[in-house]
Amino acid sequence: MKLDSMYQEIILDHYRNPHHRGLREPFDAEVHHVNPTCGDEVTLRVRVADGVVTDVSYESEGCSISQASASVMTDLVIGRSVADALGLEREFLALMQSRGTMEPDEDVLEDAVAFAGVSKYPARVKCALLSWMAWKDATAQAVGGIPEQETDR
Amino acid sequence: MTDTGSDTRANAGPAPTLTGVGGPVPGYDVERVRKDFSILTRRVHDDRPLVYLDSAASSQKPTRVLDAERDYYELHNANVHRGIHVLAEEATALYENARDKVAAFIGAPRRDEVVFTKNSSEALNLVAYAMSNAAASGPEAERFRLGPGDEVVVTEMEHHSNLVPWQMLCRRTGATLRWIGITDDGRLDLTTLDQVINERTKVVSFVHQSNILGTVNPVATLVARAREVGALVVLDGSQSVPHMPIDVTALGVDFLAFTGHKMCGPTGIGVLWGRRELLEVMPPFLGGGEMIELVTMEASTYAAPPHRFEAGTPMIAQAVGLGAAVDYLTDLGMDAVAAHEHDVTAYAIERLTAVPGLRIIGPPDAVDRGGAVSFVLTGSDGRPLHPHDVGQLLDELGVAVRVGHHCARPVCLRFGVPATTRASFHLYSTRSEVDALVEGLGHVRRFFGT
Repeated sequence: MKLDSMYQEIILDHYRNPHHRGLREPFDAEVHHVNPTCGDEVTLRVRVADGVVTDVSYESEGCSISQASASVMTDLVIGRSVADALGLEREFLALMQSRGTMEPDEDVLEDAVAFAGVSKYPARVKCALLSWMAWKDATAQAVGGIPEQETDR
Repeated sequence: MTDTGSDTRANAGPAPTLTGVGGPVPGYDVERVRKDFSILTRRVHDDRPLVYLDSAASSQKPTRVLDAERDYYELHNANVHRGIHVLAEEATALYENARDKVAAFIGAPRRDEVVFTKNSSEALNLVAYAMSNAAASGPEAERFRLGPGDEVVVTEMEHHSNLVPWQMLCRRTGATLRWIGITDDGRLDLTTLDQVINERTKVVSFVHQSNILGTVNPVATLVARAREVGALVVLDGSQSVPHMPIDVTALGVDFLAFTGHKMCGPTGIGVLWGRRELLEVMPPFLGGGEMIELVTMEASTYAAPPHRFEAGTPMIAQAVGLGAAVDYLTDLGMDAVAAHEHDVTAYAIERLTAVPGLRIIGPPDAVDRGGAVSFVLTGSDGRPLHPHDVGQLLDELGVAVRVGHHCARPVCLRFGVPATTRASFHLYSTRSEVDALVEGLGHVRRFFGT
């Protein structure tokens, strides 16, 4: 069925067994983001040391897409420099805004390429983006702001 | 909770006693009714028949309503209440005729008690803003004045449209917001009614039928208590006026708010009904054309109701469409509509209750309950399924439901769920559509349960 493009096995795997879940210390910033229309919520913490995202921890409630996306996002950004991680965020955002027209680069986005199908469902794009937006917000707070060119959409 | 459910129907007009699963309503041919709604023949996704179970969000519109709006624009379109040409006169007559129809539909004693608004939210905001505007009005508006020490009462099951305007009013005036809680069965907890509604209460505003729980609230009980303390009573009829006979005099409230698009009418048109003696002394909310009497550069005086509350060019075509919707509902008969929807609702509750892993959020039976059934679901592995995922898979099967907090987030908090899936019915809903929902839920559970 058509929905298989959204509910990829990779997504269902992350949903059933999320990575890096739970709130951990130490952290430099904590944020709480919600999707007001559907009730999805995430509390997310970021630890940044020497310009590197050393930990992202979270508690979240929401649909399989939002849960899986949080799990995939932590896999991608933990251990990266803030600059590299922000680059991934821009890449993922572009994919999600592509309405199914973008062929994602698996070498860059890894498991996150599975969300390409989600971009065809406008009502679900915000589910996939929730944890990424929370991470970006927390990271901005942790490093005292993100330069303008890094936030270009 | 023995006194919550017994008297609502009697006060909602001449509805039949509706309890338990009865069966299809004699003389109500739902298949014939469905022919009036061409959208219901749509096929979606892989050529699946549309099963529209989201009427609490917005109802579908019968051909007659569409024709009325088109007819208005093709033959009569002009601005109302001004101009002396033929079209202006016809447009005015059609617009005012819609007011007559609405007034008759809700048993209003006078036609000028019907104020057209954009929707229910605007109708409720109109009252709330009139109350804070009363601070700067003359002594005639004393009844509407609020300040520190005064209290506003709502319930925990309000749609945000009947909660947020009162929160805002309390912020503007320094009054205190209080509310009546909900029982585990999704009824109002009336054990503390006499404390919550007390001598400090200036206004009580509550929902007639909950959009998320389906609960039909005991209007007479709340009105009686409000009267004891001299409070104004505002009723949110967004989910009741479209589904049951309504008589504002029998209900005994001061204001009734409802919206056109949930009652087979167009979007963009709603109604505030108010008792004449209150509307006459109520300060306006929006200023502008149409709502004035005399204007100078320094100050203005205001028109009499209902025009005092209808600033600017109104929703003329939409009012005409609403009038056609009212005609349609009247021809079907609201008793028959209520009985039919009760049958579908009772059947839905019976079938949904039998779905493994499903928990209804709201009254577990069909007594004093309307056709909105919310539930949460676990997969076949016992894990909770998020309503978003449930709704997405149902949609793929052609079944349209609403997921989320249904603009009633405090209800979700009360029941400890992030969101619910809601199936809601209307006069064109059928038992076989309930079957399609239940079948779809089996599929959903298997899909996520592996």
